[in-house]
Amino acid sequence: MIGRNDPLVRFREVQKTYDGESLVVKDLNLDIAPGEFLTLLGPSGSGKTTCLMMLAGFETVTYGTIYLGGGPINNLPPHKRGIGMVFQNYALFPHMTVGENLSFPLEARGAGKADVREKIGRALEAVQLGGYERRRPGQLSGGQQQRVALARALVFEPALVLMDEPLGALDKQLREHMQFEIKRIHESLGVTVVYVTHDQGEALTLSDRIAVLNNGVIQQIDAPADLYEKPKNAFVAQFIGENNRLRGHVRHMNGTSCRVELDNGQGEMQALAVNVSGSGAPTTLSLRPERVVIDPPPGSLPNRFEARVEELTYLGDHIRTRVNVCGTDQFIVKIPNAHGHASLKEGSTVTVGWEIDDCRALDT
Amino acid sequence: MTDAATTDAAPPANGPLTTADGRPLKSALARAERMRRVKAMLLVLPLLLFIGITFLSPIALMLFRSVDNPIVADNMPRTIAALEAWDDHGELPDEAAFAALTADLAEARRNRTIGRLATRLNYETGGLRSTVTRTGRRAQRLKAPFKEALIGLDGDWANPETWATIKRLGKRITGVNYLAAVDRRYDVDGNVVPQPEVRRIYIGNFIQTLWMSVIVTIACLALGFPVAYLLSILPLRYSNVLMILVLLPFWTSLLVRTTSWIVLLQTEGIINDILVWSGIISDDGRIQLIFNAEGTVIAMTHILLPFMILPLYSVMKTIPPIYMRAAASLGASRHYAFRRVYLPNTLPGIGAGCLLVFILAIGYYITPALVGGQDGMMISNFIAYHMQRSLNWGLAAALGAILLFGVLILYWVYSKLVGIERLKLG
Amino acid sequence: MKRLLTASVSAVAALGLWAGAAAAADKLTVVSWGGAYSMSQVKAYHEPYEAKKGIKILSENYNGGLAEIKAQVEAGKVTWDVVDLELSDAVRGCDEGLLEELDLSQLPPAPDGTPAKEDFIAGTLHDCGVATILWSTIYAFDAGRMTGGKPRTIADFFDAKKFPGKRGMRKTPKVNLEFALMADGVPPGKVYEMLSTPKGVDRAFAKLDTIKDDVIWWETGSQPPQLLADGEVALTTAYNGRIFDAAASEGKSFEIVWDGQVWDIDLYSVPKGSPNKDAAIEFIKFATGTKRLADQASYISYGPARRSSVALIGKHFEAGIPMGPHMPTSPGNFKNALQNDFEFWADYQDELNERFNAWLAN
Repeated sequence: MIGRNDPLVRFREVQKTYDGESLVVKDLNLDIAPGEFLTLLGPSGSGKTTCLMMLAGFETVTYGTIYLGGGPINNLPPHKRGIGMVFQNYALFPHMTVGENLSFPLEARGAGKADVREKIGRALEAVQLGGYERRRPGQLSGGQQQRVALARALVFEPALVLMDEPLGALDKQLREHMQFEIKRIHESLGVTVVYVTHDQGEALTLSDRIAVLNNGVIQQIDAPADLYEKPKNAFVAQFIGENNRLRGHVRHMNGTSCRVELDNGQGEMQALAVNVSGSGAPTTLSLRPERVVIDPPPGSLPNRFEARVEELTYLGDHIRTRVNVCGTDQFIVKIPNAHGHASLKEGSTVTVGWEIDDCRALDT
Repeated sequence: MTDAATTDAAPPANGPLTTADGRPLKSALARAERMRRVKAMLLVLPLLLFIGITFLSPIALMLFRSVDNPIVADNMPRTIAALEAWDDHGELPDEAAFAALTADLAEARRNRTIGRLATRLNYETGGLRSTVTRTGRRAQRLKAPFKEALIGLDGDWANPETWATIKRLGKRITGVNYLAAVDRRYDVDGNVVPQPEVRRIYIGNFIQTLWMSVIVTIACLALGFPVAYLLSILPLRYSNVLMILVLLPFWTSLLVRTTSWIVLLQTEGIINDILVWSGIISDDGRIQLIFNAEGTVIAMTHILLPFMILPLYSVMKTIPPIYMRAAASLGASRHYAFRRVYLPNTLPGIGAGCLLVFILAIGYYITPALVGGQDGMMISNFIAYHMQRSLNWGLAAALGAILLFGVLILYWVYSKLVGIERLKLG
Repeated sequence: MKRLLTASVSAVAALGLWAGAAAAADKLTVVSWGGAYSMSQVKAYHEPYEAKKGIKILSENYNGGLAEIKAQVEAGKVTWDVVDLELSDAVRGCDEGLLEELDLSQLPPAPDGTPAKEDFIAGTLHDCGVATILWSTIYAFDAGRMTGGKPRTIADFFDAKKFPGKRGMRKTPKVNLEFALMADGVPPGKVYEMLSTPKGVDRAFAKLDTIKDDVIWWETGSQPPQLLADGEVALTTAYNGRIFDAAASEGKSFEIVWDGQVWDIDLYSVPKGSPNKDAAIEFIKFATGTKRLADQASYISYGPARRSSVALIGKHFEAGIPMGPHMPTSPGNFKNALQNDFEFWADYQDELNERFNAWLAN
């Protein structure tokens, strides 16, 4: 009934306040396409969980409208929204067996017995827990419980599944394994997923698109690669991945690039004008550590500076190098641990350089 | 030299392992552990003694008292011996028995134990007390033939039933207390028969006690469940205030509380005044709310309510609110989620609260005594009556033992049905 | 087995009564019924005795019966030295060896030299107890609430048509059965003879049936004045002293109907094995003297057990009214009176109690 390109979920001018004094979510507009895996990423208190709870129906919308499948759902109670949900602590019912947990959403909908058994079997197979119907949640490991929770959220075949930091309680190895499982299930079922996490690695691994939230506002919404490569503002650049930040003012605009003079007066560099208003505007330069070149041939890069090596940290695949450049001694350079890279010594002086496109002039 | 020394100290091949100084490892281990165990024992010893002395021994004594029956055997040895051969219930025993009785009563009178003997016989047959004491006072001066003398003194001695009673009570271990506790008695032929209708009270009262306890338990559950739920979801500063209100009854004397219920519920009391004032009932139609079974149930429900609320609260507090959200997200309405998810998770608390309230209720004494009136009496009131007034401790013990076994059976059924390990008291 | 049990019970009792056992002979524990009655004993007996002998008297309360005494005597740890007992309990306790026998010849004579045995009213001295007071179960009403005529006879108590309203009665067959028969026209002298027959018991219960639905049952002596004061009952049986006390001290308009009163005595006894037996007997000799007994009547309206005390009865210590007319034994009150027959009740109380409770429950 909705077109292929119509969004499944729509947030329109959504605002949320708990105390009537401050907004937790400010003017949120967001479209989620059918079959999409969208992650809400942000630090705690950014409003990402509130968004999810409003969508699930556990929090009221203060202003604005949320649409699901074309219709507004602001006043629809949670149990009528038909949205599957996976909680951080699984929320499996301890007094029921795995099978009963899975049949719960089906029975609540009045499904027939044979139908129920078949669907449970299929859902358990999908999470590789076939034959676990009679176990109780307490007898399962954390990973198994989360898979049951996943199966329970999927068993009634909802069009939309919400996941609220579902892997937060698992250890690192299990988490990575489950990420893979979730991705696989999402791809095989084609279900729409809205996923909340504060773990950027998880977000980058799983998502089709990531919405980065801060202070109740979406800072940027993009595919993982774009988000990493092309952060639109200082918050996103800093929140996703590591980056070097240099503060300065725009001296001169030159089409898509600009010349920026550092505030400490120790350098001037060429940068890509991403989010600056014009000449004289303050800006934060963002530069990924792995995009810095050591000892570039003279003339090959527009930005070249002398740097003193302060600290070397051996991290196996790369060597994390802290250098003092242009008056900042917190400047990080990642040097791949590969042939052809000269080994540096602490205290020695080297030349570093980078491209204009890798140095993004953002807001402050 | 070194050779000899090393072979000496080395453990023999395949033999038990030893310590460095040659003692077997096992005994060394036992020695090392013994001190610890002795110390641990010493720590719990006072508690064991305390429980043994203040709890187990009174129960053992009570069970013993319910069957113990030494008075007649101790004070009428000759009579009991003389009645050994007598078994014709239709006729009186022979002269020897009458002579033995005279001698026994005379001696009991001298020892000042005749009162106890008379009282014991009187429990069985009303009137025997004065027969025995009167006979005892004159026994010294009676002359043979004793049969005529005794019958001349008191007509009860001409009744074979009197002699049958003495013979029956001559046994040191007896079940008569239990028979009496279930409204049964021996007739003259030694058959167990029901008491005459006007004296049947205990079975009816056991049923009444159970019934009232069930009602109190249900009322406590119905009232306590929402309160406990509220307590478990309110923010801490409100729930603390509410918790104080719940616990307040614990801090006031039971007697004061019960008395205040009298003030509230009596026909000239506050509740009735309000009902009359608001026109719901007329001044002549004041409702009898106290001094009857209803009043007892109301007051007991109030008093026992915290015992329901606390275990419920402690269980509800541990049920994550996320269960209800999960259920809603799975398509369950509030009602369905409550029934299928919340309620089953509170079962351990419901079980504990009900068991606690029910067991406290069937043993309740002071409240029914004060507000029970004529039909709100419970079995404990009869136990108290026999302990304090009639001094028939044997019957009191038998009633208590039946109550105790009732509770144990209940506990057993509970553990079979629900599982005692799921009991959660707090 | 039995010895072990006895030993452990003694141990329990020893634990429980530890504190009391420490009491030396310079202390005496006197146990009574509490309320205004205990107060009258403290004023008339304890305080003068403490002043005279310089020993401390601990006043404890109990609810009657022999249970505590039996428990103490059987455990071998007697902490009560003097106990105020009803006659039936004193006789029974004596028969069962729970009480010390007293040498009655040691009691002081009357001021005019009459020996104690003649001075005490007949039936008030016993092997194991010396009577202090005569008290009576009567019925009373609140004149302030009584519209229309006042009840005058015991029959009026059972007349729900003439005097509608709830009735307070003690939850025991004792006295109530006597009241019922007297109200049914049986003269006091025939009451116990009648009650000894099944027909008489049936007749008494039949009479009780006529007001059963209107009865509120009380259990402790302090309840009836309260029930009257609250307006819970129109009429109530009560101990005469309690009603007098409420009227004299609290200014209640309570009135007593003496017709058909059932009177009884209270005695001082010493539990068997009291460690302070001699001091206890000394105290009893002091307390049952002519002057002390007369003094007590200024505090509560129970009659003294000595004839010689009657002339010395004064006025109420607070209200200042003469106490003579408020005594159960006052000639105007004593016309249609019945003495409680302890022998009858000792014989039949178990049976009648069962029947009474069965009657209540149905």
